[in-house]
Amino acid sequence: MAFLEIDRVVKRFGTAEVLQGIDLAVEQGGFLVLVGPSGCGKSTLLNTIAGLEAITEGEIRIDGRRVNELHPKDRDIAMVFQSYALYPNMNVEQNISFGMEMRGVPKPERDKAVQEVAALLQIGQLLKRKPGQLSGGQRQRVAMGRALVRHPKIFLFDEPLSNLDAKLRVEMRTEIKKLHQRLGATIVYVTHDQIEAMTLASQIAVMRGGVLQQFGTPREVYEDPANTFVAGFMGSPSMNLIPATVVEGGGGLAVSIERAEGAPILLPLADGAANGAARNYLRRPVLLGLRPESITDARAAEVRTAHHHRIECLVEVTEPTGPDTLAVIMLGGIEATARLNADADVTPDAPGTFVVDMGKAVLFDPETEARI
Amino acid sequence: MPSCEAAAVAHSADSAAVGKDRLARAVMYAALILFAVYFLLPLFVMLVNSLKPLDEIRGGNMLAFPEAFTIAPWLSAWGTAQIGVQPTGLKPYFWNSIQMVVPAVVISTLLGALSGYVLTKWRFPGHNLVFGMMLLACFIPFQIVLIPMARILGLIGLAGTTSGLVLVHVVYGLGFTTLFFRNYYEAFPSELIKAAQIDGAGFFRIFHRILLPSSGPIIVVTVIWQFTNIWNDFLFGASFADFDSMPMTVALNNLVSSSTGVKEYNVHFAGAVLAALPTLIVYIASGRYFVRGLMAGAVKG
Repeated sequence: MAFLEIDRVVKRFGTAEVLQGIDLAVEQGGFLVLVGPSGCGKSTLLNTIAGLEAITEGEIRIDGRRVNELHPKDRDIAMVFQSYALYPNMNVEQNISFGMEMRGVPKPERDKAVQEVAALLQIGQLLKRKPGQLSGGQRQRVAMGRALVRHPKIFLFDEPLSNLDAKLRVEMRTEIKKLHQRLGATIVYVTHDQIEAMTLASQIAVMRGGVLQQFGTPREVYEDPANTFVAGFMGSPSMNLIPATVVEGGGGLAVSIERAEGAPILLPLADGAANGAARNYLRRPVLLGLRPESITDARAAEVRTAHHHRIECLVEVTEPTGPDTLAVIMLGGIEATARLNADADVTPDAPGTFVVDMGKAVLFDPETEARI
Repeated sequence: MPSCEAAAVAHSADSAAVGKDRLARAVMYAALILFAVYFLLPLFVMLVNSLKPLDEIRGGNMLAFPEAFTIAPWLSAWGTAQIGVQPTGLKPYFWNSIQMVVPAVVISTLLGALSGYVLTKWRFPGHNLVFGMMLLACFIPFQIVLIPMARILGLIGLAGTTSGLVLVHVVYGLGFTTLFFRNYYEAFPSELIKAAQIDGAGFFRIFHRILLPSSGPIIVVTVIWQFTNIWNDFLFGASFADFDSMPMTVALNNLVSSSTGVKEYNVHFAGAVLAALPTLIVYIASGRYFVRGLMAGAVKG
């Protein structure tokens, strides 16, 4: 039995169903990230775990115990809010110890716990300040301190980094990951930032419109997206979804990509289960999913396998990012992004040669948008 | 050299602008001073004449400073002047007013804070309707509630008492205090309430430990508003108070209208200043918070 179980949870506001039967499970010490665009229900789901909102159907269990009817304070959880929600009238010390005070913990014990947490988060020198006198990063630390001090069963984070500037965000991200490794705490973390999701999670739940799209490890979600939404949402730049047709050729199945001029591009599919399922789509249109890093220049693809295929396409624009260069190329009538070596030899508005790694390619049904 | 010329032109335009600015400023200050004098003149007349013997007032110039300075009119207004049939001065009625104002202000402010808290942070179905009705209460004229209120005070046995007046002012003020606090708390982040709930604080604890300590400006606004309104009220005092519970405003009216023989204008002036003094002190002590609080409410609400 998992530590946190979310069992067919439905949440309705009037007739609007904002959570449509969510099923999730996290092991003790797991780091679950709920990710999705605004309004996908991820924050609502977090609030239902916290007990700040009631659920309409289903069950939430923490450590084997049904908590549907429990008040937030009795669920043994702690939450870090997007705005940090520090009490403006109390100093840092009072903010951190307020929860313990409400639970009747004696003053000496409270002081000891505050000192421990302050040492852990390196906020010892801030204890007597008011939240208004702190910087964004310091407030963030205090908010985490308030959550850590009670040693709850589950930590809930509601977009905790979205109010920080880019540099601090990366630093705090690492810090949260370190804390998680050190404390072995169970964490549920909401974000709309797919990079945060990839870097932090032990498991990712991708949501859209109140429906769980995919639940798996970061690698699974990235490499085996369940549908075109997950494929497009995770990864930056997002996965290229190229209109193609499944055909027979070269001793197996292949996809054929139309070109404005000349013969279509033929790319043989890798063997395996996907090839088997693709047989049902013979001579039918599909969407070929290729990550930008699966389309590279000839030199970047050092390890050449049987799945690497050379293609010729028109380069529209090149965007050097520093470590590598992104090239927008015309492929199957859409603009696809290729990730090239920083010093790759490509010129805008001219044809270039690229190498496609079909070993990482995935196929989607263009109508249902589901993975084939 | 064209560039030099351009610079010179720019310079002269600049100084013309400065000159214009100065003129506008002078006009503005003159107008402001004029208005200040205009508004302060009544107070000046009252103060000056309350410090003169009666002969001097009858002698003519209301605007002149006292030739023979005296505080006798003040002592008379406070302690010995004839109010109705008793020569008690305004003193007992001043305490009547205090006994009425303090509980009425405290209770109506607390209740307003509580209903503002509920209407923003513990919303229930129909909360907007309740708020709309409270808002409507702000627009009910005093005169309309006179007769029903007299009947209710009679029924619950509070007619002619200070407690009755407190009740009337609390009920009448609740609409305003709720409006103030609701708009202030509307802008108060709800995440703080959620955080406090997770921390284990209940309804009253959140109110007392989180909301009230952050409500300074709006409490000041409400207290000033309620204090001045209740202190200055005449109609409710005249309608619902007995001779023993009569507030200052009613007593002042009696002082001015019941003098036998000569009209002691200097005593009347002193009495009027005495009656206005508490509100004046409240304004001076916390006026800057008043403006700040009103602005905060206006921008955020």
